[in-house]
Amino acid sequence: MSDRLSVLKTYKLYVGGKFPRSESGRVYEVTDSKGKWLANAPQSSRKDARDAVVAARKAFGGWSGATAYNRGQVLYRVAEMLEGRKAQFVHEVADAEGLSKSRAAEQVEATIDRWVWYAGWTDKIAQVVGGGNPVAGPYFNLSSPEPTGVVAVLAPQESSFLGLVSVVAPVIATGNTAIVVASERSPLPALSLGEVLATSDVPGGVVNVLSGRTAEIAAPLASHQDVNAIDLAGADEVLAKDLEIAAADNLKRVLRPQPVDNWTATPGIDRLTAFLETKTVWHPTGSLGASGSSY
Amino acid sequence: MASAFDYAPAPESRSVVDIAPSYGLFIDGEFVEAADGKVFKTVSPSTEEVLSEVAQAGSEDVDRAVKAARKAFEKWSALPGQERAKYLFRIARIIQERSRELAVLETLDNGKPIKETRDADLPLVAAHFFYYAGWADKLEHAGFGASPKPLGVAGQVIPWNFPLLMLAWKIAPALATGNTVVLKPAETTPLSALFFADVCRQAGLPRGVVNILPGYGDTGAALIAHPDVNKVAFTGSTAVGKEIARTVAGTRRKVTLELGGKGANIVFDDAPIDQAVEGIVNGIFFNQGQVCCAGSRLLVQESIQDELLDSLKRRLSTLRLGDPLDKNTDIGAINSAEQLSRITSLVEKGAAEGAEPWSPECELPSSGYWFAPTLFTNVTQAHTIARDEIFGPVLSVLTFRTPDEAVAKANNTQYGLSAGIWTEKGSRILAVANKLRAGVVWSNTFNKFDPTSPFGGYKESGFGREGGRHGLEAYLDV
Repeated sequence: MSDRLSVLKTYKLYVGGKFPRSESGRVYEVTDSKGKWLANAPQSSRKDARDAVVAARKAFGGWSGATAYNRGQVLYRVAEMLEGRKAQFVHEVADAEGLSKSRAAEQVEATIDRWVWYAGWTDKIAQVVGGGNPVAGPYFNLSSPEPTGVVAVLAPQESSFLGLVSVVAPVIATGNTAIVVASERSPLPALSLGEVLATSDVPGGVVNVLSGRTAEIAAPLASHQDVNAIDLAGADEVLAKDLEIAAADNLKRVLRPQPVDNWTATPGIDRLTAFLETKTVWHPTGSLGASGSSY
Repeated sequence: MASAFDYAPAPESRSVVDIAPSYGLFIDGEFVEAADGKVFKTVSPSTEEVLSEVAQAGSEDVDRAVKAARKAFEKWSALPGQERAKYLFRIARIIQERSRELAVLETLDNGKPIKETRDADLPLVAAHFFYYAGWADKLEHAGFGASPKPLGVAGQVIPWNFPLLMLAWKIAPALATGNTVVLKPAETTPLSALFFADVCRQAGLPRGVVNILPGYGDTGAALIAHPDVNKVAFTGSTAVGKEIARTVAGTRRKVTLELGGKGANIVFDDAPIDQAVEGIVNGIFFNQGQVCCAGSRLLVQESIQDELLDSLKRRLSTLRLGDPLDKNTDIGAINSAEQLSRITSLVEKGAAEGAEPWSPECELPSSGYWFAPTLFTNVTQAHTIARDEIFGPVLSVLTFRTPDEAVAKANNTQYGLSAGIWTEKGSRILAVANKLRAGVVWSNTFNKFDPTSPFGGYKESGFGREGGRHGLEAYLDV
């Protein structure tokens, strides 16, 4: 068997269901944990970030308006596609995080399971955090969770795939659309996730993946007037403070960096509820007759 | 105004409440002077009479109050939930017993009609304490984990439009969850919060659990920036809310903000017109429109515009403006000279931009701060009065043709606190309610509140919810 030269992949952004290069034309070198060249990833610009916001906004109506059952089906489909591409992700995660093949496989399997876990949440969260309120008056009144809108997600820097999915899946499971800034040093699993989403049934624009310098991409997202919320998981302390200040301009919901020791632990519903609003709808109940029983 | 609706005066007696000539800060269970000896006067907006002189808290006082609250936190948070519950039940009962005093006091200090303080504010205040009292010993069942923990010291800043109700919204859940509080009431309405200190005394509440610091914006800023405050809760303007969000950035301080609004009240052509008119009036003229969730933009379907406006104007002509202590008064005084000038300048701007103002014939008292109920027609979405929160008795009327257009116009605002829908068609209510980006949607009713119901905004109307199970989350480490 002769040595075959492998065909390398050109990694591209995933925005609005398409795979553009950065409009800036820039790339940066991505290496494995030992410094060996892996790929040239797109280095997104402020313009790329703004384009992603436009795509995410455009997708919001359809995605948030889809039934929870439908969103669950779509998300489960993503898990199916991830399973099929497991080998690729094991390879990428091993390279990105310097893990052995078996450790990387554990990470990838945990990631797929995490995605399945969130897929099952789409049609349950409303029952867990919403419900009828026993008001003291002749009114029917119901509180329901609704997606916050367009959410910027700074993916964790260290956990390139499990961490990534742990912050992206809850955002879209609840009907938000997302602009995801991949781990700066290890963006390749995130960019490949874009390919999986594109071949699943997730509508274009629901998830948009940008790679590059986290601080550079995050700044315009944090100050963008059409972004409703931001998850600062991938920001260090100094950057997180700056971004939180910028986010105050339109009172974005801010999820501050949380201390996470172990992404493999069962996450709980905090990341689902972080990007939900509560709407309370009232209506008079009326009465069936002027006289007679009030029952 | 001579008409068939002239009523004999029916004033509530102000002798039911004793107002001291001066009040101190309430810190660690005692009334004390401000460290720098500063005081300010609080006046009755309907007469400009000075009601009392109140100590003005400075940063040194903030520090003292936070220390007192921190010290009290240890014991208060360690109390069995059932004991905390009983304190809150006591407070609720005392408020019920003294609600007539409190209603008169609130009307004197705020300028709102006694009808509203007596029938809306006070019953809701008591209800909030009753509701959260019952949560204090059931927190492990609230859905926030097996043993949710309090955050610590809550710094709370509240506005002047519902002084006692906002106090209840802030203090009841904070105490139920085991936090201690330092609360700053607004500079124009400090009296009911200071009266509340006496309610705490009667209830035997441990020292330092509740501290009250009257003062101006700088007092609030010092409280919110205090490094030993673990939780910040604010109700007020969006501009100040943004400042607070910047102040707490990069800290672990948890924050909830209840901010401004520009609520749309949408009336479809099949709406019950009489009920809708009542709802519109209630939506914008309740508390002189000084309500963050006021229905300040009326969106009326074009085909019924004339009929609705005729009916609305007829109804406005029957509103009685005057002495807030008169039980027949519908429209009281504007809370302050400053607020009156803000309303006046926005209304002038509305007219200058081409909208057409209309007010019923209305005689304004010669002293105090007054503004006649006003509605603007010929308003477009670009007009300042359709975009900026006026926080006064001023209604902007816009029209629409289709439900989609109504939703688009309703959502065309930086705010997202409230909305109203008037139609007899149930499916339309649900479809429209679904699409509105607002934290509370009233269908075929308006301005209904209940302690069991989460309340709070989307977008720039702030974040977090007050009321209900949701209201606990803001005060728990979850």
